[in-house]
Amino acid sequence: MNEKAVAYVLRLGDDALVAAQRMAALATWAPQLEEDVALANIALDLLGQARALLTYAGELEGQGRDEDLLAYRRDEHEFTSALLVEQPDTDFAATMVKLLFFSAYQRLLYEELSAGDDETLAAIAAKSVKEVAYHLSHACAWTVRLGDGTEESKRRMQTAVDELWPYTHELFASDSVWRGYGFDPAGLRERWLGIVEPVLAEATLERPVDDWAPTGGRDGLHTEHFGYLVGEMQSLHRAHEGVSW
Amino acid sequence: MDPRASQPAFIPGAAELLAEVEAAESLLDQRGPAGAAAPAGGEEADLLAHFEAVIAADAKIEPRDWVPAGYRESLIRQIAQHAHSEIVGMQPESNWITRAPSLKRKAILLAKVQDEAGHGLYLYSVAESLGANRESLLTALHDGKQKYLNFINYPTLTWGDVGALAWLTDGAAVVNQVPLCRSSYGPYARAMVRVCKEESFHHRQGFDLLWTLSQGSPAQHTMAQEAVNRWWGPALAMFGPPHRDSTHSEKSMAWRIKRFTNDELRQRFVDITVPQAEILGLTLPDPALAWNSERGHYDFTPPDYEELKRVVAGNGPCNRQRLARRRQAHEQGEWVRAAAAAHAAKHSREDAA
Repeated sequence: MNEKAVAYVLRLGDDALVAAQRMAALATWAPQLEEDVALANIALDLLGQARALLTYAGELEGQGRDEDLLAYRRDEHEFTSALLVEQPDTDFAATMVKLLFFSAYQRLLYEELSAGDDETLAAIAAKSVKEVAYHLSHACAWTVRLGDGTEESKRRMQTAVDELWPYTHELFASDSVWRGYGFDPAGLRERWLGIVEPVLAEATLERPVDDWAPTGGRDGLHTEHFGYLVGEMQSLHRAHEGVSW
Repeated sequence: MDPRASQPAFIPGAAELLAEVEAAESLLDQRGPAGAAAPAGGEEADLLAHFEAVIAADAKIEPRDWVPAGYRESLIRQIAQHAHSEIVGMQPESNWITRAPSLKRKAILLAKVQDEAGHGLYLYSVAESLGANRESLLTALHDGKQKYLNFINYPTLTWGDVGALAWLTDGAAVVNQVPLCRSSYGPYARAMVRVCKEESFHHRQGFDLLWTLSQGSPAQHTMAQEAVNRWWGPALAMFGPPHRDSTHSEKSMAWRIKRFTNDELRQRFVDITVPQAEILGLTLPDPALAWNSERGHYDFTPPDYEELKRVVAGNGPCNRQRLARRRQAHEQGEWVRAAAAAHAAKHSREDAA
C-alpha cells in the first residue's frame, strides 16, 4: 500500500465531501428558485467528486474500505479536509465567498493533477476541473453582484471575506503528505491570488491582510463546527450495523 | 455516471404509464404549432366560437389565443398549485439529505430535490404564459391564499418515509399527471410530458429504496412498513375529494384541462400500486383491500376525507412549519434579490452611458 498516495487522495476526497455536505444542506434555502437549482447542481458535482476520490483512496489502501465506509465509519479526527470547507453557511454571502475561495483552489489543483502521472487521479481531476470551472464562474458572478450591489450586500460580503480569508492559508500549507505524492498545492497560492484578487477588486471588496492563518484540518484537528457536521451525516448509517441501503 | 442509475426491480404498471406519456408527446410533436390563431381583434362571440372549436377538435390552446376568463383562472389556479407543490414538496425530502445513509442515496435524493426546483421553475413559467407572475403567485402561497398538495403537510420521520413518500405520492402524482400531458393548454401539456418522465424516475427510486429496506434487516423492514402505513392515506387523498363533492371538476373536464374524475384516477392508482406492494414484500394498511373480479378493480377503503379537509384548511401536522420555512427562506433571500437588482440597474446605466 502506498500510504502517501492514500493520505493524499483522502484529503481531496474529504474536501469535496465536506463541501458537498454543507452545500447540500442549503436545499430549499436559496434566495430564489434558479439558485436552488444551481446550488444543488454544485453540491451534486462535489458529491460526485467525493465519491470517485474516496473510492479510489479505498482501492489504494487495499483494506476493503469503499466510499461509504470512508464517509460513514471514520471519526472526526480521521477526516483530513481543510478547515475552510467546514465553516458554516451563516448567510448566502458566506456560501458564495467560501465557494469562490474553494473552487479557485480546486480548479488550479485539479488542473495540475489532470496532467499528473497517476492516471486514475488524472482522469478524476480532468472530469472535475470542468465542473469546478463552472462553480468558480458562478461564485465570481455572485461575488461581483453582491459586493457591488447594495450597502447591505456589500457589508455582508466584506464580513464573509474577512471571516473566511484566514482559512485560505491552510489550503497552501505544505507538509510531507502534499510533498509525497501528486502535486503540492503550496506553489499555487500566487496563482490563486491571481484569480481571487481581481474578483474582489471588481466587487469593490477589500482584500484582507494576511495575518491569522489557522491550520489543523489536514491533521484531523477541526473546528467545533465539524463534530456536528459529521455526527449528522453519520447518524443513520451508524445506527444500523452491517446493512445495505 | 448518473447517480440515479440503480438496479430496478420490475415495477408493474410503470411502463404503461410511461407509454401514455410518450404517446401524448408524439401527438404533441405531430401536431406541431397549433392550428390557425384566433382572428385578431375579433368580436368576443367570434373569439369564443374559435376557442370552443379548438377545444372540440381536441387541439391545443396556445398563449397567443384568446381564452375565456374562467379557463385562464382555472388553469392558473391549477398550475400554481402544482408549482407550489413542487417547491414546498422539497422540504419533507430535503429533511433527509444531510443524513442519507449512503453517498449514492444522498446523490439520488439531492438530484430529486433539484428536479423539483426545476419543475417549479418550469411550471411558474407556464403560469406566466397565462399572464400570472411568479412573484405574485409566491405571495399568494406565502399568504396562504393558494394551496399545495395535502401530502406535503406530513412529516418524514424516518429514512423509510423518504422511500414511501416517493413510491406512493410520486406514484400518485404520475397517475394524476399523465392525463395532463393531453391538457388543452399546449404549454402545460408540454411541461407535463417532461415532468411526468422525471416523476416516474422518482417513483422508481422510491420503490428501489423501499425494496432495499424491505429485504434488509428486521429493523429496516419495520422502518419501511411503518412508513408505508403512514403514507398510504395521504397518497390516496392526493386525488382530492370524491367527484360528487369536487368544486372545480365539471368545468375543468368540459374544457379538457382535466380528463378523468378524482375517483377514476384514485382507482387507477390503487390498481397499479397493490401488485407493486406485493413485490416489495410490504402490506398496504387497508383490511378491506381485495380484488373484485366483477368490477375488474381492487376494492379499497376511501381515504379519510375529513382529515383531508382539515389538512387542506391548514391543520395538518406540518402546514404551519412548511409555510413558515418557505416564508423564512424567501425573506432571508430578500437582500440577495435586492442586491442583484441594484447591481443590474447600476450596470445597465453604465452600459447605456
